[in-house]
Amino acid sequence: MTQAVAGPPEARPDERLARRSPVRRLLGRPELGALLGAVALFAFFSIVADAFLRAGSFSTVLYAASTFGIMAVGVSLLMIGGEFDLSAGVMVTSSALIAALTAYQFTLNVWAGVVISLVLTLALGMVNGVLYVRTRLPSFIITLATFFMLAGLNLGVTKALTGNVASDSVRDMDGFASARAVFASDVDVLGVNVKVTVFWWLAFTAVATWLLLRTRVGNWIFAVGGAAGSARAVGVPVDRVKIGLFMGVAFCAWFSGMHLVFAFATVQSGEGVGNEFLYIICAVIGGCLLTGGYGSAVGAAIGAFIFGMTNKGIVYAEWNPDWFRFFLGAMLLIATVVNLVVRRRVERSP
Amino acid sequence: MRGVFARGTSRGLAVLAAAGLLALSACSSSGGKKSEDTPEGAGPRLKIAMVTHSGAGDTFWDIVQKGAKAAAAKDNVEFLYSADPDGGKQAQLVQAALDKKVDGIIVTLAKPDAMKDVLARAAAAKVPVVSINSGAEESAKLGAVAHFGQDESIAGEAAGTELAKIGAKKALCVVHEQGNVGLEDRCAGAKKTFGGDLQNLFVQGTNMPEVKSSITAKLQADKGIDGILTLGAPFAATAVDAVKETGSKARIGTFDLNKDLIASINSGAIEFAVDQQPYLQGYGAVDELWLLKNNGNVLGGGRPVLTGPAIVTKENAGQLEAFANRGTR
Repeated sequence: MTQAVAGPPEARPDERLARRSPVRRLLGRPELGALLGAVALFAFFSIVADAFLRAGSFSTVLYAASTFGIMAVGVSLLMIGGEFDLSAGVMVTSSALIAALTAYQFTLNVWAGVVISLVLTLALGMVNGVLYVRTRLPSFIITLATFFMLAGLNLGVTKALTGNVASDSVRDMDGFASARAVFASDVDVLGVNVKVTVFWWLAFTAVATWLLLRTRVGNWIFAVGGAAGSARAVGVPVDRVKIGLFMGVAFCAWFSGMHLVFAFATVQSGEGVGNEFLYIICAVIGGCLLTGGYGSAVGAAIGAFIFGMTNKGIVYAEWNPDWFRFFLGAMLLIATVVNLVVRRRVERSP
Repeated sequence: MRGVFARGTSRGLAVLAAAGLLALSACSSSGGKKSEDTPEGAGPRLKIAMVTHSGAGDTFWDIVQKGAKAAAAKDNVEFLYSADPDGGKQAQLVQAALDKKVDGIIVTLAKPDAMKDVLARAAAAKVPVVSINSGAEESAKLGAVAHFGQDESIAGEAAGTELAKIGAKKALCVVHEQGNVGLEDRCAGAKKTFGGDLQNLFVQGTNMPEVKSSITAKLQADKGIDGILTLGAPFAATAVDAVKETGSKARIGTFDLNKDLIASINSGAIEFAVDQQPYLQGYGAVDELWLLKNNGNVLGGGRPVLTGPAIVTKENAGQLEAFANRGTR
């Protein structure tokens, strides 16, 4: 963590405690590079795409960003804690399937499905965490295994229960309207239609930021990601923190899953594969280090915003879709390199 | 075998083996109960393997399998299914089926080059091959006796005609899998007969919120769009949402059917669906291999047999509702 701490004046000043200027403190923030990248991309698409600056379009960009961003909150915290979760993408689908299938098969109020899904999805996160702390295998391997198992379960269970590969529609069931209001409604803000997921995304990011910067748990997360051994030596409950972080990802997956259920009413069991990398990309663009111990939730949110802008900006610019992925890759590369250059410059200067 | 049984307790073993055989034959006679209903000369129990390029959890291939299983049950066929989207791995699965000494193989030829060698080996082993779905041109060249599928270009042309019929002038073709030749062919075919302006839009098919926001973005970027053609049923439902939200006047047509889609066609939210009748592809392929073995027949006389396009609109959707509800249309 590079937070500068303004300590009390001492007779022999310690360089680690030296007061840094506000500008330098800003430059030391992990999300700064991403912020510059976001501003540059925003300006770029505003110029090349006429439709990009319209309020309605911006709301669509925010929606796209929020569906990645909600997951990026959990994933970025986990990455700061030094771990990966490759099962995050399919876990969203699993969570959605659990809610839709239990509610439909037992003819329950959909809220019952929502609660059951929350419990089971958190349990999935706990399984990831407990497996990690018990085996000490890399989280990459553990969650790769759960990724495959979940993908298989999604398909096998759905087909066994419904005879088809998608869940039955829950649109006409009790509680759908209220659940939709919470997870997938639109809110009118100054005449612009904004998806409720955008507000949840901002709220989750705010909570995660508070957690990281203002609480003891936040310090623990940075500590276990930076140097787990030293952290354990000074009494940080490393295992509990890591399990908690995996469960944090699971919570975000649950929320995203609920959005899927109530926005689209049926869930395709094969969905979600590949999205785990997009969440990690959002966190990395936002300044989270792949090695752990450094990063921020705000950065991940900006990363998701960059991803959303690029993803939709290409559509607004009406470029030849054959090149779509090339543009996407190039944008991500540029954003990440800008981020890197800024950080290196800050680290190099005294 | 004889060498093993000749030693020591050969009699006991022989009894055991006989009992085992009896048990096995008891099993197969119960499994073949349905064969009592089949006409005279039902022939021996065949083992047929289907190897497709499907990804996991695809509704379409689920329907193909249901058709194949229905035909297998009727024909007293043991049906094996496996799939892998990767061409090389699909070829390995075909090899595995050959190793199991199956009586016939059903393959898709989405990546014909990858399948070339293994199909040559099937020919050498005198195992008949039927291709389905994709690869109508390559089918005969690679030694398949018959092909069941929809010509994607022809299906696209049918979709283009329907799009023009509902009065669209400027339409989107929503491609949910970039680089899939079949999907590109559909859009190209539609472009041919549509007459108006048809643009392709790429969306990430495995991520529904992304599909929705992309279609929404496109409708916002170009207010003139008055038609949308999706290439799979779930994407049509999402397009309906996007149209509603943006207040667009676009009317929607799609490829493929499912039960929700029939409801949408009945309610008028979706104008038409181009159905390539996947059930027929699975059913026809199994039946063809049975016919070939038992009566030497080749459906289509070696030419590709088209299973589509069948057009579903408000007029005939009602008749198909029951079939779509059980997941076979």
